[in-house]
Amino acid sequence: MRGRGGPPGERTTSGGPSGPGPDDGAGPHAGRPPGARTGPGNPGAPPALHAEGIRKRFGPTLALDGVRLTVRPGEAHALVGRNGAGKSTLVSVLTGLVRPDTGTVSFAGRAAPRFGDAAAWQRRVACVHQRSMTVPDLTVAENLHLGHLPRGRIRWQALRARAREVLAEYGVDVDPAARIRELGVEQRQFVEIARALTHGARLIVLDEPTARLDAAGIDRLFTELRALRARGVAFLFISHHLQEVHELCDTVTVLRDARRVLTAPVAGLSRDALVEAMTGERPGTAAHRPPSGPPGPEVLRTERLALDGHFAPADLAVRAGEVVGLAGAAGSGATALAETLAGLRAPGGGRITVGGRPVRAGSVPHALAAGIGYVPEDRHREGLIATRSVAENVTLTVGDQLGPGGTVLPSRAREFARRMITALDIKAAGPAAPVTGLSGGNQQKVVIARALAREPRVLVAVRPTNGVDIKSKEALLGTVRRVADAGACALIVSDELDDLRICDRVLTLFRGRVTGEFAAGWRDGELVAAMEGMAPPGAAVEAPGGRPAHGAAAPPAGPPVRPAAGPAAPPVGDPVAPAARPDATEGTAP
Amino acid sequence: MTETAAPPDAGATTPSSAPRARTVRPGRWRDFSLVPVILVLGVIGFIVSPAFLTRDNLVGVVQQSTELGLLVLGEALILISGRMDLSLESTIGLAPVVALWLVMPAHGDRFTGLELLPAWTAVPLCLAVGAAIGTVNGFLILTLRVNGFIATLGMLTALRGLQVGLSEGRSIGDVPPSFAYLGGATWLGVPAAVWICLALFAAGGAALGYLRHGRALYAVGGNPEAARAAGIRVDRLTWIVLAVGGLLAAFAGILYTGHYGAVSASQGNGWIFQVFAAAVIGGISLKGGRGTLFGALTGVLTLQLVINVMTLAGVPPLWTQFLNGAIIIVALVISRFAGGGKQD
Repeated sequence: MRGRGGPPGERTTSGGPSGPGPDDGAGPHAGRPPGARTGPGNPGAPPALHAEGIRKRFGPTLALDGVRLTVRPGEAHALVGRNGAGKSTLVSVLTGLVRPDTGTVSFAGRAAPRFGDAAAWQRRVACVHQRSMTVPDLTVAENLHLGHLPRGRIRWQALRARAREVLAEYGVDVDPAARIRELGVEQRQFVEIARALTHGARLIVLDEPTARLDAAGIDRLFTELRALRARGVAFLFISHHLQEVHELCDTVTVLRDARRVLTAPVAGLSRDALVEAMTGERPGTAAHRPPSGPPGPEVLRTERLALDGHFAPADLAVRAGEVVGLAGAAGSGATALAETLAGLRAPGGGRITVGGRPVRAGSVPHALAAGIGYVPEDRHREGLIATRSVAENVTLTVGDQLGPGGTVLPSRAREFARRMITALDIKAAGPAAPVTGLSGGNQQKVVIARALAREPRVLVAVRPTNGVDIKSKEALLGTVRRVADAGACALIVSDELDDLRICDRVLTLFRGRVTGEFAAGWRDGELVAAMEGMAPPGAAVEAPGGRPAHGAAAPPAGPPVRPAAGPAAPPVGDPVAPAARPDATEGTAP
Repeated sequence: MTETAAPPDAGATTPSSAPRARTVRPGRWRDFSLVPVILVLGVIGFIVSPAFLTRDNLVGVVQQSTELGLLVLGEALILISGRMDLSLESTIGLAPVVALWLVMPAHGDRFTGLELLPAWTAVPLCLAVGAAIGTVNGFLILTLRVNGFIATLGMLTALRGLQVGLSEGRSIGDVPPSFAYLGGATWLGVPAAVWICLALFAAGGAALGYLRHGRALYAVGGNPEAARAAGIRVDRLTWIVLAVGGLLAAFAGILYTGHYGAVSASQGNGWIFQVFAAAVIGGISLKGGRGTLFGALTGVLTLQLVINVMTLAGVPPLWTQFLNGAIIIVALVISRFAGGGKQD
């Protein structure tokens, strides 16, 4: 879950010379000086990792076809590719979890350990997974020594002292006596990295480390990673966010269809060239979409909708044919607002209407019946029933339409699922295929298919492209766009600029308040600034296209959005939650 | 998660090229994985004793399976929806005792009841008590949000104690004829209890497979948050399932009482282990969201056959408890490998 950043007072490691701190910049996607990159280590040393001719076949599928990869000491090497390109298999091979059919792996010039000698692999390479491999109820000190506790009586004092030394050595500011549960996501990652380093590993594989982090967390993580690189630690960085690749990495290797198609320095590589290497086709210009005709009648409306501790009374109006973005970082209340619309949370006050009719708040069945379809933020936590098939996952919301008298006829369910599979181009062996066997992008399509199964009048999607590759991203966003074009409306809640680009207009939320409204054509910097509660740089009055860019962009007869909170208005007298800061509570409250 | 992601990741590169025949998954046969075990047990029984393959013996095995079977049916529904209820083994004893206590004559030589209600109400009363116990479990687990395992373990002990207190630790005989009928009657040459049990399993299986609320149980057990986000009333459904579980346990109590003609003070004592063992051997996941009632039924039959074969083989009674536990563990190991997947 997002939004678990550590308390700000605990952090002293970021804000170093290599990057802006989380509070002084406009987030990870804007304005980071690209020159803050330390060069890779001494070129004469043997590479931290060298893999040559790696080939791996699973049954009929060739997962890796003669892949070659070299990571030098102190280098941050990005590994990118679409879901299914072979990244995970390559990482499994490089960390000793999967034995390649052919090919060699060497670390620091020496051949890799025997397959199966887990301890020896651990001393050379470590993988920090998306899902934390720490034990939440043990202390940091114990986690650092996990599996390597001394024989005989454990001297807790000495253990903690040793842990403190290790953490200090790597500049990780975490209390060794704290329990992992109490730490932020990126702090857990630091602990995992520190653990790997104490085992002697000088190569760390980071498998989508930022997927569960908010902007400030990403900043802290990157600051830490840069510091470690300066000490000769090499990173293999896997991410779907090309922006992060550009920010952090020196070199990038692109995998496509089990082959390595490109290895090049990041510096000279444009985003389009990278996308082209990943997909094998020229990227469509991710331009802002031109406004499409006048919006239709109002479909979704909220009046003074509020939830204590999450968002202040909000008046929204979304019209047929519109895609509206709700942009806000973790803790902004944007997700809570979406969950309230979906009926998952009971609001403290106000009302929701769809097509003029009030919706009973706090009840998912009523929201569904009113025509609100919902795509939850985290497909693993709230989206998929992992034990069941694609068909069952897709038809979960339409149980009442698949047979008479409360029955579900398997033939109809299959037929329905097959239609959705075709409509959304879900790559699955069939309706009966287990949903866990699908790639991330296709799993996300299943979640969206479920939301669309009832042909909603309003589609509420929270981070609909979370953790999917660039091609699936386009497909998913295209689906959302088509829903609106077909006469419904959509609300996208996200802090991903790519998600928001397809919107007709974007509202920004900061600490539970709507701080601004942007018509299509906004500039990245100003939107990010509004999301972070900052004044837009230069307080732009007019965007390049001559369109009003800020504040005054309400559509004809649009929602009575309050004017932006004012460029420099600090969130001091925040009425939302003076005691409990929303960013500390969002996501943890039931 | 690299290690688990690797095979699907690889598979995802050429999903459309996978031949259609491969969609017949081994999982489809998982429900039948105990059928060969049952056949093997039959052969062993036939070798061990000529009395095994007689009609009387087989009918006896099946009838003894009915009471355990109904408990397993209730527990399976609860497990599939991601909860557990240990108190079922006390409900099977307490529900009949409470019903009889309310209807039995206030003056008699053995057990004195309150005689508040006419004798014919004993069966509905018993079922109502079972459902009420399930509802209390639901209140503890869903409203007070206490740990379900400990809460129902507490209920198990408390209800057993309540039964002992009400019945003064004695067996209750002379039950009303309406109460004894179902457990003792024979329809078409087979005990009525067997027909009823089969019918209930069939009804349960059909509900799980073909009713939207039945399908929803799998969703609730597999991922309650996703089920809630998809508009399923998770708490209400769980509550109903817990009540149905109690109801089935009470019904098992009626059959058991009719079968033996009396409510024994230790009715159901120690059964919960067998109930869980049968469910898990039958492929029901203790984590919820997985398993079928057919599998659970084969689990029950397997356990009962093992006990029967042991009895026929003349195992000394002092050793049956040890062997019973050991054989359940062996059966678990076998079904773990026969069923393919991990048991959880």
